[in-house]
Amino acid sequence: MLKQTEGSRAVAEAIALCRPEVICAYPITPQTHIVEGLGEMVKAGELAGCEFINVESEFAALSVAIGASAAGARTYTATSSQGLLFMAEAVYNAAGLGLPIVMTIGNRAIGAPINIWNDHSDSMSMRDAGWIQLFAETNQEALDLHIQAFRLAEELSCPVMVCMDGFILTHAYDRVDVPAQAEVDAFLPAFEPRQVLDPAEPVTIGAMVGPEAFTEVRYLAHHKQLRALALIPHLSSEFAAKFGRASGGLIRPYRTSDAETIVVALGSVIGTVKEVVDDMRGEGVAIGCVSICSFRPFPLTALREALEHAKRVIVLEKCLAVGLGGIVSDGVRKALSGVMLKGYTVIAGLGGRAITRKSLRQLFEDAGADELEQVTFLDLNADIVASELERETLSRRSGPTAEAILRRLGTVASGIG
Amino acid sequence: MSTHDTPTERPTQRQPVKFYQTGTFTVGNRLLPENVRSVQADMRRTNSLNSGHRACQGCGEALGARYAIDAAMQATRNQLIAVNATGCLEVFSTPYPETSWQIPWIHSLFGNAAAVASGVAAAMRVKGHSDVRVVAQGGDGGTTDIGFGCLSGMFERNDDVLYLCYDNEAYMNTGVQRSSATPPGARTATTPAVGRQPGNEFGTGKNVPAIAMAHRIPYVATASVANLRDLEQKVTTAMAIRGARYIHIHVPCPLGWGSAPADTIRIARLAVESGLFPLYEAHDGQVTARTPIRRRVPVDDYLKLQKRFAHLFANEAGKERIALVQAVADRNIAEFGLLAGDDAHG
Amino acid sequence: MDKPFAITLDVGSSLANRTGSWRTSRPLYVDRLPPCNHACPAGENIQQWLYHAESGDYEAAWHALVENNPLPAIMGRVCYHPCEGACNRGRLDEAVGINSVERFLGDEALKRGWQFKRPAALSGKRVLVVGAGPSGLSAAYHLRRLGHAVKIVEAGPLAGGMMRFGIPKYRLPRDVLDGEVARILDMGVELELNRKVTDIRQTMRDEGFAAAFLAVGAHIAKRAYIPAGEAARMLDAVAVLRDMEGADQPMLGRRVVVYGGGNTALDVARTAKRLGATEAIIVYRRTREKMPAHDFEVEEALQEGVLIKWLSTIKNMADEGTLTVEKMALDDKGFPQPTGEFETLEADSLVLALGQDVDLSLLDNVPGLVIKDGVVQVGPDMMTGFPGLFAGGDMVPSERTVTVAVGHGKKAARHIDAWLRGTKYAPPPKHEIATYDHLNAWYYADAPKTVRPVLDLVRRQSTFDEVVSGLDETNALFEARRCLSCGNCFECDNCYGVCPDNAVIKLGPGKRFEFNYDYCKGCGICVSECPCGAITMVPETI
Ligand SMILES: Cc1cc2nc3c(=O)[nH]c(=O)nc-3n(C[C@H](O)[C@H](O)[C@H](O)COP(=O)(O)OP(=O)(O)OC[C@H]3O[C@@H](n4cnc5c(N)ncnc54)[C@H](O)[C@@H]3O)c2cc1C
Ligand SMILES: Cc1ncc(C[n+]2csc(CCOP(=O)(O)OP(=O)(O)O)c2C)c(N)n1
Ligand code: SF4
Ligand SMILES: [Mg+2]
Repeated sequence: MLKQTEGSRAVAEAIALCRPEVICAYPITPQTHIVEGLGEMVKAGELAGCEFINVESEFAALSVAIGASAAGARTYTATSSQGLLFMAEAVYNAAGLGLPIVMTIGNRAIGAPINIWNDHSDSMSMRDAGWIQLFAETNQEALDLHIQAFRLAEELSCPVMVCMDGFILTHAYDRVDVPAQAEVDAFLPAFEPRQVLDPAEPVTIGAMVGPEAFTEVRYLAHHKQLRALALIPHLSSEFAAKFGRASGGLIRPYRTSDAETIVVALGSVIGTVKEVVDDMRGEGVAIGCVSICSFRPFPLTALREALEHAKRVIVLEKCLAVGLGGIVSDGVRKALSGVMLKGYTVIAGLGGRAITRKSLRQLFEDAGADELEQVTFLDLNADIVASELERETLSRRSGPTAEAILRRLGTVASGIG
Repeated sequence: MSTHDTPTERPTQRQPVKFYQTGTFTVGNRLLPENVRSVQADMRRTNSLNSGHRACQGCGEALGARYAIDAAMQATRNQLIAVNATGCLEVFSTPYPETSWQIPWIHSLFGNAAAVASGVAAAMRVKGHSDVRVVAQGGDGGTTDIGFGCLSGMFERNDDVLYLCYDNEAYMNTGVQRSSATPPGARTATTPAVGRQPGNEFGTGKNVPAIAMAHRIPYVATASVANLRDLEQKVTTAMAIRGARYIHIHVPCPLGWGSAPADTIRIARLAVESGLFPLYEAHDGQVTARTPIRRRVPVDDYLKLQKRFAHLFANEAGKERIALVQAVADRNIAEFGLLAGDDAHG
Repeated sequence: MDKPFAITLDVGSSLANRTGSWRTSRPLYVDRLPPCNHACPAGENIQQWLYHAESGDYEAAWHALVENNPLPAIMGRVCYHPCEGACNRGRLDEAVGINSVERFLGDEALKRGWQFKRPAALSGKRVLVVGAGPSGLSAAYHLRRLGHAVKIVEAGPLAGGMMRFGIPKYRLPRDVLDGEVARILDMGVELELNRKVTDIRQTMRDEGFAAAFLAVGAHIAKRAYIPAGEAARMLDAVAVLRDMEGADQPMLGRRVVVYGGGNTALDVARTAKRLGATEAIIVYRRTREKMPAHDFEVEEALQEGVLIKWLSTIKNMADEGTLTVEKMALDDKGFPQPTGEFETLEADSLVLALGQDVDLSLLDNVPGLVIKDGVVQVGPDMMTGFPGLFAGGDMVPSERTVTVAVGHGKKAARHIDAWLRGTKYAPPPKHEIATYDHLNAWYYADAPKTVRPVLDLVRRQSTFDEVVSGLDETNALFEARRCLSCGNCFECDNCYGVCPDNAVIKLGPGKRFEFNYDYCKGCGICVSECPCGAITMVPETI
């Protein structure tokens, strides 16, 4: 059914269609609307056979999810930013225990300075936690990915994060096609846990493992993600066959077959990138882009195939490995190891900074002329940085940078959540 | 399951008849009808925590856990799932490739046992397995400190979970560091017996049973490995109630307390009999019963069996500090009326 | 279930980890000798019969009791119960009322007609027992149980010895005595009354006895030299008490003075009271503390109005019945010394209760006998210096009580049996005594001793009804359950319960427990928490 609705609502409806049994969450912007929507459905009795639990922290939220999942319930939670960090210990734990929990990340920056707007720092911080991480490009894809996520999680016994850009997707009203319950049921069978807490067949889950077996345990976790590399495209095609639209998969190349310059990005920004690509193609520039949907497992082979013929690759990242540069770039570089081409890391959209077509166009042109730094901060206000750096050299007690910058800009922090 | 499938009903009240020789206080009693004997006396008890675990010799926590879980198994006709916090109990019971547990059991993290248990309980509810009950268990550190947020949340939501805290008064698994349950004066690795105020500070610590009561949850109790029947009765009572329940069990740790392994129960008994560890139960936030002291002893009797308090006996200043400990005991006795009542007397 | 590797494990798999290897010392179940058993002159296994009584199986309890002592109803009345003095429960509140439970069992047996076990096989040997007092009866019973043909020859008209002709009936009703004697005879023991054995060797030879047990008691009253007038009425205690059993009651008069400080003196004085004496005064040389009589008997006598003059000796007795009494004083060594201070006492009769000597005339021509201090010396096997001739009870050196006499009878019977078979009887080795410090008394609930109902005073002073009555069933059960089972497992399940390693195997009712040394880490909690001290710790050898 086609609907004009908010991204969060679309996701909530997708989750509801997946017949979750336990949902627990703790509020944080911009994830709130998703769980509020679900809470309302449970309370209104529209979501039969589902418990909605209000907990006291994200740590508890994921812990409740761990318990519920281990006890055989299809379990869902959602968070963002600080919340994800607050549950960090449990994030690793859920993966270590192989529990097929699905969690939406409404991607948001991590403080300090506290910032409610979108970037990918939060989910990127958990990239090695053992979860599968899928990035949605549009609200439709966000909706679709959640349906695929449960199937993926449960087939592999591995938790899955569906990452969608905070505000840009979560709060955007778009037209989405919400599938019928029967369609989803046909795609997503009832949850059959690989292991379960059951008095009829007791097991000990969560043993302590020493050096004699820990490496093997970790290898098996890695191996599970390698299996996902095959399963993700498979599910994506099955989904396409059943629902009539393409969603998910490992990567989605766009106009890359003959491109000399290829832009790699994740999430909603790919929409803007494509527009710029189209513009430049119109002008005869051999440019294309690749959207990475599966960040974990990282699709090394697929990326290599998509990129190896290019002359240069620009990785546009909404996160920063402070002191190093890009996070996604690292993976891309690994995918291209041995391939001689130029690689650029562009840090963009941090803390909600708009990524405009104009800036991108400039960026791609500079790249095309190979006039880019290895690591570039898109639209970095060099004046501010320079003067702040100067101020800092004057006094050791220069005070907090963020506040100083705001003062200089004359802006007031707004909508901090 | 390997255990018996026709469990007998156990009355929740304390044993009414006094059998003098065999005692109201022993584990079993050949003179009692089988259904009123303790769970531990049963040849078919579950041994939920089985032999082969790696707890130290004379570990009170190992004992307390089997007492409590066996009783809960009995009360639920073996329809029980346990969630365990990180700590000695978890480590000594489940090192790969062997587990000592005979029941469905999960360990997630140090500080989230209560929340994981809430999740298990929720799953049981949605799946319509209302007969399957959930316990969460952890050490004092995992309960009163790092797991306290999750514990309070579970209480506040009144989730159908019995939380069992095995209080050995410090972080034992990491080598005996102070927790908020460490008693004043006790030496731990982080409250060494040096300086002018050796051992743990007086006037610190957290009374979690009281805090649990403040949540107005349906049932809170304290128990001790020294009083098995009382402990079993409390677990049985707890399992007959739905909602959040909390039992705080005193379990001496020979390693951390510097006591003889053979003295584990004796020390727990002295804690009760001195008034330092009052035994009581509370329904809906109100204390409804207390287990009276049978033979009152001065706190010295309790303290002197433990090396962690040895510094208190080393000099004159120690005497004053012992007097402060005695004052704690006296206050407990007065507060709970532990000398009143004749429950334990013939 | 398709379990994830290493993280998820099969339940109970820790059984593969044999923690027993950590042990440096191991617990062992032991049986220690309960102090009551140890103190019982009759060698009763008190704790064992209490164990049966605790569960209300009185018949089993009685059978266990009579393994060692065939006279429980009598013992339950006249025994001075040294067992209770030794009882560990005395340290906790009060000793277990062993004696009263014994009496309850004895009375139950008489009431219900429980019978002794018959000998399994007959030996064909004939054994003579001389004297039907407690020692003779006990020997006859045990010899019979061992399969021998036993004949008791008794000088008196009835069986019982001092139990009949000494102990007054207000302490030992005669139907009780008769009942317990009859039960022994019912086993096939032959009793010939009114025949005094005068030459033991002759009798044995004539009647073909392979062995004999002598238990003639001590019946010759000791005399003290007291100058007395012709008409002064001076009697001896044993004679007075013996006469009580005859048709005519002894004439003692209204004012009776008894001289002596033993139980016999008290019995006579109390008997005199019952016979109508307005005054019964005991004169004794020393103080109450030094009096050989038992304190409870002194107490009962005083309650009944008997008067006692301590630190006094009788110098003479005039015709008209006036006694001259000299006050004594204790010297630094505690011996009474005359003070030269005199007083007089009016008495219709003076009864001397100064002890008894043994009539050894039947042994006149037995070679090899050793007689010392008027009693026959015997070895640890109760045999006299003459092979095949055994002796026990009051006629051999030892305390003179019914219980000791019974014990001698049992012991002699076992040695006679061995002797007849040409072997030696070796008693089983004694266990270490279960002293109080072996116990963990915490586990025993507080329970003071049941007070036996005492007959009201008026009736005691005027009649010969039994003074102390027995326990009823509930009391007896209560009392039996006060037993701490010192040193012997009573299956309280404590060890089974308190082991943190489940290393105690419960074998089921009556079968006790076993250690599972595969898992026992040797922590010793079971030893600390065993209420009765039935577990010990020994160092591991490897
Ligand atoms: C007044 C009194 C009260 C007592 N009260 C108690 C008491 O309360 N508790 C207690 O434990 N003890 C008591 N005693 C002591 C106790 O009675 C004796 O120690 C006990 O009876 C000794 O038993 P025995 O078998 O050795 O001898 P006895 O009981 O004296 O029996 C010896 C028997 O041998 C017979 N006899 C003797 N010579 C011959 C012979 N040549 N041929 C055949 N038969 C012979 C006698 O007639 C007699 O029947 C009391 C004693 C007296 C005198
Ligand atoms: C988040 C976290 N912090 C610290 C630890 C280290 N740690 C593991 S067990 C433990 C002590 C447990 O103490 P307690 O809960 O009292 O149980 P005990 O071992 O005394 O039975 C600590 C500090 C951990 N595992 N996780
Ligand atoms: S350290 Fe203490 S709590 Fe831990 S296993 Fe040893 S005795 Fe038990
Ligand atoms: Mg602890």
